[in-house]
Amino acid sequence: MDDNTQSSMNRRQAPVIEPGHTFATVTDKISSIVLTRPATTGWFIGFGITFLVTMMLLYAIGYLFLRGVGIWGVTIPIGWGFAIVNFVWWIGIGHAGTLISAILLLLRQSWRNSINRFAEAMTLFAVAAAGIFPLIHVGRPWLDYWLFPYPNTMGVWPQFRSPLVWDVFAVSTYFTISLLFWFIGLIPDLATLRDRSENRWARMIYGILAMGWRGSARHWHRYETAYLLLAGLATPLVLSVHTVVSFDFAVGIVPGWHTTIFPPYFVAGAIYSGFAMVLMLAIPIRKIYGLEGFITERHLDNSAKVMLATGLIVAYGYLIEAFMGWYGGNRYDVFLMWNRLHGPYAFFYHLLWVCNIITPQVLWIRKLRNNPAFLFLISGIILTGMWLERFIIVVVSLHRDFLTSSFGMYYPTRWDWMTFIGTIGMFLCAMFLFVRLLPMISIFEMRTLLPEAEVKAE
Amino acid sequence: MRTTPIYGIMAEFDTPTDLVEAARKTSEAGYKKIDAYSPFPVEELAEAIGFHRNGVPLVVLIGGLLGGLSGYLMQYWISAISYPINVGGKPLQSWPAFIVVTFEMTILFAGIAAVFGMLALNGLPMPYHPVFNVPRFAFATKDRFFLIIFSSDAQYDPAGTRRFLEGLNPRSISEVPS
Repeated sequence: MDDNTQSSMNRRQAPVIEPGHTFATVTDKISSIVLTRPATTGWFIGFGITFLVTMMLLYAIGYLFLRGVGIWGVTIPIGWGFAIVNFVWWIGIGHAGTLISAILLLLRQSWRNSINRFAEAMTLFAVAAAGIFPLIHVGRPWLDYWLFPYPNTMGVWPQFRSPLVWDVFAVSTYFTISLLFWFIGLIPDLATLRDRSENRWARMIYGILAMGWRGSARHWHRYETAYLLLAGLATPLVLSVHTVVSFDFAVGIVPGWHTTIFPPYFVAGAIYSGFAMVLMLAIPIRKIYGLEGFITERHLDNSAKVMLATGLIVAYGYLIEAFMGWYGGNRYDVFLMWNRLHGPYAFFYHLLWVCNIITPQVLWIRKLRNNPAFLFLISGIILTGMWLERFIIVVVSLHRDFLTSSFGMYYPTRWDWMTFIGTIGMFLCAMFLFVRLLPMISIFEMRTLLPEAEVKAE
Repeated sequence: MRTTPIYGIMAEFDTPTDLVEAARKTSEAGYKKIDAYSPFPVEELAEAIGFHRNGVPLVVLIGGLLGGLSGYLMQYWISAISYPINVGGKPLQSWPAFIVVTFEMTILFAGIAAVFGMLALNGLPMPYHPVFNVPRFAFATKDRFFLIIFSSDAQYDPAGTRRFLEGLNPRSISEVPS
């Protein structure tokens, strides 16, 4: 911690936590948002709108179950369409949470302590939104459980050489581990809420969830070991998930998919969009709940730098794709690049470059990195760009492959849009509930950032 | 006065430094059955009360091995024995294709072992514990630091132990009824 204060002074950076806080003020400030702050009209309006959008999602899915995937724009040759575009987009967004909590923990980036909790919550909701798409895209969603290997009277088993089965294991493991990581981090804070709450019911519910945590030194010792090991396990896991998602494409032979650069380029893109979503949530939340002392300009600055770095890896991926198309000399790959640049979806490919590669270069300027409103805007542009990237990969590759006789076009229907916008509503609705019901910043980890938390040698 | 059995005597401190120092002195005075409570992990504290190693890493290792082995063997049994599919004479035991699921199962089992192993070794969930009888203990999850000497300790004697704790300059001292 001393290193942090020192280096922040040297580089004239904002501190990780506003000076003047004590154990008590940190605890009160964060827990009061949940325990005593009344829900405002603004919260009710926001929650109400997102709740209605969630209902629209249920309506769209209900109608899908009634009529089948024919209500969507998917046809042969584009059998994947919006469902897979949205799946990859959401799961990518879900990468920031575990990256922040696990990888930055192992790298001793203590500034992560103020954003890891809600980034993890964001991860869970994003993965939940992602998980909906493959499940409803299979055509007969009531048979989704066939994806898992279970003994059955038909005597058949899943095909373990298929990336689609790998994906089931990767995504379900990722969701489970993220949930455990989030919950284990919450236990000490739930105990704090249990002891602070005036309301009998709240005390009981937080008490049950805290499971009798009392902060014993023995418990902390095991807790820290478990937390560290979990971070060590989650680190390769978070890198594996989008790698496996990229295998869904890379193992196929379709031009634009069959390439070895996909795993690193997918993982970088996932972190890129994940941090963009973290910023889009953190910037309004810190403003509304007055948390500028905990989520400081330092956090915004660091997140912007991570976006800049991963954005450059993504740019490298785009360039190598184009270069290999030309250098490989395969006529289908050459055609793919021509089709991206001049085909019917060329507008979106050019927009992708503007959103993902050109615009984010302004993040080199420190002044702009420290401007929350501007960062919010840039994050929105990056999220749009990352969605377009998946659209280009899925739709543009599929719509014109090897034979001109199998060329086609893809047009999303209003049901596609309702499902997509519906998942955004569901995600935000869950975030609205989360900030009111659970401490959105890890209280006990914030206490460790204070100078008085250090044990002074006699 | 009612004679309720005493679970231990508890002293309250203001800073982690005070608590670690007090815990160290208590250990040095020969008390074995003691515990300390803090609102966040204090690295030196476990050391000070004489708790050096814990069983979590072993549990995680066993969980990981179990997950990896069962993941691989499941795929082998399914793909090579129970439901073999001959694709152009390619080998049924195609290990490179099984790596992803083996890896995911290793992480899944090790992660579950880490969380539930930690909880089990800590004896949680535990809805009732005598220390919660002390009203001031509610601050143990906020900004106060506590040290307890259990009445089951061989050196424990109600008056003497209390006097010893008073010598450590605590903010307050309370008896913990069991």
